[in-house]
Amino acid sequence: MTAVERPAPPPVRTHKEDRRWVGKSIRKVEDPKFLRGRGGYVADLVRPGTLHAAVLRSPMPHARILSIETAAAEAAPGVHLVVTGAQAAELTGPLPDFGPDPTKHTWRCLAVDKVRYVGEGVAVVVADDRYLAEDALQLIEVEYDPLPPVTDPEAALRPGAALLHEALESNCAYDRQFTFGDVARDFAEADVVVRDRLRWHRSGGQPLETVGAIADFDPATEKLTVHTNSLSFTSYMFMAAGALGIPMNKFDVHQVPAGGSFGSKLFVTKPTVIAGMCSRILGRPVVYLEDRVDNMSNCDHHGSDRVYDVELAVMRDGTLRSITIDTIDDYGAYIQFGVGHHGNALAQVTGPYTIGSVQYRVRAALTNKNQQGAYRGFGSEVNNWMLEQVVDKAARELGMDAAEIRRRNFIPPEAFPYFIPSGNVYDSGDYATVLEKALELGEYDRWRAEQARLREEGRYIGIGLISAQERSVFSATEFWFWFDEPNAPVTSSPESVTLGVDATGTITATLYSCAFWGNSPETMVAQLVAEEFDCDPHSVSIIYHGLSGGLPATGPGGSRTTVMLAGAVEGASAKIKAKARRAAAHLMEVDPEDLEWAEGGFQVRGVPDQRKGLDEIAAMLHMFKHSFPEDLESGLEESKVYDHPYTTMPAPDRSDLGVFYPFMGNACHVPVVEVDVATGEVRILAYAAVHDCGTLVNPRSLAGHIVGGTAQGIGTALYEEFVYDDEGQLVTSSFLDYSIPTAMEVPELRIGHVETPSPYTPHGIKGGGEGGRMMAPAALNAAVNDALAPLGVRVTELPMTPDRLRAAIREAGAAPGRG
Amino acid sequence: MTELQDVTLTVNGRRYTLAVEPRRLLVDVLRDDLGLVGTHIGCEHGVCGTCTVLVDGASIRSCTTLAVQADGRTVRTVEGLGDGAGLHPLQEEFWDKQGLQCGYCTPGMLMRALEILEQDPDPTPERVREGIASNLCRCTGYQYIVEAVMAAAPRMRLAAPATQPTTGAQA
Repeated sequence: MTAVERPAPPPVRTHKEDRRWVGKSIRKVEDPKFLRGRGGYVADLVRPGTLHAAVLRSPMPHARILSIETAAAEAAPGVHLVVTGAQAAELTGPLPDFGPDPTKHTWRCLAVDKVRYVGEGVAVVVADDRYLAEDALQLIEVEYDPLPPVTDPEAALRPGAALLHEALESNCAYDRQFTFGDVARDFAEADVVVRDRLRWHRSGGQPLETVGAIADFDPATEKLTVHTNSLSFTSYMFMAAGALGIPMNKFDVHQVPAGGSFGSKLFVTKPTVIAGMCSRILGRPVVYLEDRVDNMSNCDHHGSDRVYDVELAVMRDGTLRSITIDTIDDYGAYIQFGVGHHGNALAQVTGPYTIGSVQYRVRAALTNKNQQGAYRGFGSEVNNWMLEQVVDKAARELGMDAAEIRRRNFIPPEAFPYFIPSGNVYDSGDYATVLEKALELGEYDRWRAEQARLREEGRYIGIGLISAQERSVFSATEFWFWFDEPNAPVTSSPESVTLGVDATGTITATLYSCAFWGNSPETMVAQLVAEEFDCDPHSVSIIYHGLSGGLPATGPGGSRTTVMLAGAVEGASAKIKAKARRAAAHLMEVDPEDLEWAEGGFQVRGVPDQRKGLDEIAAMLHMFKHSFPEDLESGLEESKVYDHPYTTMPAPDRSDLGVFYPFMGNACHVPVVEVDVATGEVRILAYAAVHDCGTLVNPRSLAGHIVGGTAQGIGTALYEEFVYDDEGQLVTSSFLDYSIPTAMEVPELRIGHVETPSPYTPHGIKGGGEGGRMMAPAALNAAVNDALAPLGVRVTELPMTPDRLRAAIREAGAAPGRG
Repeated sequence: MTELQDVTLTVNGRRYTLAVEPRRLLVDVLRDDLGLVGTHIGCEHGVCGTCTVLVDGASIRSCTTLAVQADGRTVRTVEGLGDGAGLHPLQEEFWDKQGLQCGYCTPGMLMRALEILEQDPDPTPERVREGIASNLCRCTGYQYIVEAVMAAAPRMRLAAPATQPTTGAQA
């Protein structure tokens, strides 16, 4: 890889050392309204007179729609409108699809001529209230001509399989193999080749609030105003405007707090398009709020669903040389984000290790299932699990300790910035320190002794140990390096903030993305502003700007919000201070260069009693403009559009994908489990997690995200699965059978932090919102495998349900107990 | 359309008489008819507990309860928890301990926690953990919720007045 020429990294920053607010676990500024039940979620904003939409879902996995009879529904009490899929296709364009070949697997807000999964919408009813709308749904008669359901991703790719999209002439939406470095040489020189076949089934974010949109079309101005908890934000809103066929300057969207997302509300255009279409027809406000079954079966954000064949080239001393990965990903019926999930995987494909070469093949299979979207980790969590599984297997085959094989292969702290074979850069890290801290926090040695003692009593205790990466701050380039044409240039994915200091000196920050979905952008911005201006963070007021007139903003996703907002706050603060410095210098009749910022104002260097506070400067700038030079305008408000600080182009031949996810966190999780070999039940006895995502802004908030993400990872590892049976029916379509962990399934976690600041971001911050879920599935799988090792059992499929564990134990033939 | 039935509810100390369809859910009456939108809807199957309110002091799932079933009863929702502008000790401790992220499960979780502490003013952390297992939270992993409820318990035993906390770093 030495031949690759890369642009130089951005300049290394010097971080402020004596931080006052960044790094403090202040109470979150968002919380008081939510504690009072005044969050203002989308359902709370529905005003009297708003009409309610409900969608008729397909009961068939794969069928042609022969006819739809809507007359009875149209005549039902309180019904204002019924729109079928065919009619909707006349009124709206396809929904956004990142390709390739979007015209060959066209995705629309309602199915047109055939349905492709159980739950797909075929018609929408708008009525006075939701009860009446649902009554009318039952009066719609759809005649279906069933087609063979395609439910297995490998079978879907075989010749002769029924086709999801005839125009594509295949169920394979994408197939490409990338080679980074000299894989053939590394395998030829390897002492051992470790092979593995792994299966990760689909789960999903399933926030407790579904997705919804209130659309209000004004026929007088032809303007459509939408309130929604989705669509992240101004920079990508053209996707929804395009689908609606509405000029961007007649489309205004207001973001409202989301009751959780975990990725599942990222760029969700369908509810906005359905509500917008209906409101435009009726000239009245219409709300479409998914019910839970919509959100589980017709949500477009199921998580990854992969089959892996992996080979790892290893030396006898434990050195990891090369890896080949061949994965089939079951994308379901459509492919809205392309194979962007594998861009996430490639951002950290070799984990924290010095693996020198990689071959990566991905095939995207189309099947009769709800399509994939985003779920915390966006496919990188699956790569973490795959890599840690095969590294553990290598350790077993070599007879090495799990910690030792990792230590031997860690990228050392002095090697950063470190380019991995796929071309992405890791900015910084200290993996050994994270590992050692986790071993200590998790009482690794004590548990090993306890494990041996309890094994004597016939109990199966397992200790998991994984070290894995937590990429942050994407550049959208990862969505198009998959294609050779069009050769789109590198992108930024910016984020903006406006800071205003009013005449009394209080500060208001305006955000331009739909940032709140349980992360804490307002708290982060308040702390960052307080750090700049020496004020109380709880005195900073935060406003969310809508789409119209809004500055560029990409929104959350890929653990980018805090870093990008920090850059925007830093930039806007610098502009405010530059203006305030000039104003203060003018008022004090000194040279601006003689002033220094201290304690919330400018003072003459070394003369603290000769100063102007920010409030005094702001009052003068607002009220007495003519006291100042010509070019100092009234007021004190500045904006910063912060562009992605470090992203580079892929090589034309894709031998190197460039830098697209540069700020690399790392974590080590050490869970201890007990497996009941008679029932297949897994109980977590202890759990330690140490994360390094750079400088912390609010440590307790980050720890809360680690616990919460780990809880979701526990669900992914043990309980949660969208199960489609052989007939294509979704058999887990409510929380009765899609099992989300309760407080009894989530243990008390011990959390540790290591802070290796990024050299390239404000304060050295890296993103960290996804980390828990990126680690826990791998860690728990490792723990269960460790517990069952005496039985010769190694589990290679998630979730590790009691059924699957019992089957694996039975197959090994060594098990006691029932079955 | 079915005939409407008169229902009398006492919600957060205030008496309401409404005419409702027999099929109308209590949560919809609270949210749409009374404007108390603090009670949220999660799973609509009575599983997640997001819609938890107290009826005659006992927690129920208002998404699977008909309004007519609550006729003549006393209902408490999150809106009745604080004292005017002030916060209830449970709300304060949820804030202090960061027992919420997106806030969507929070009203139901607060009402369930209130019930737990009214039944057992001095619970163990294990009892609290078991008690809140009735309600799903998708954000927090429950740890800080347990801490918040444990911190609120002694304050509620002392009937500490609700005060507006100051800002600043946590202990």
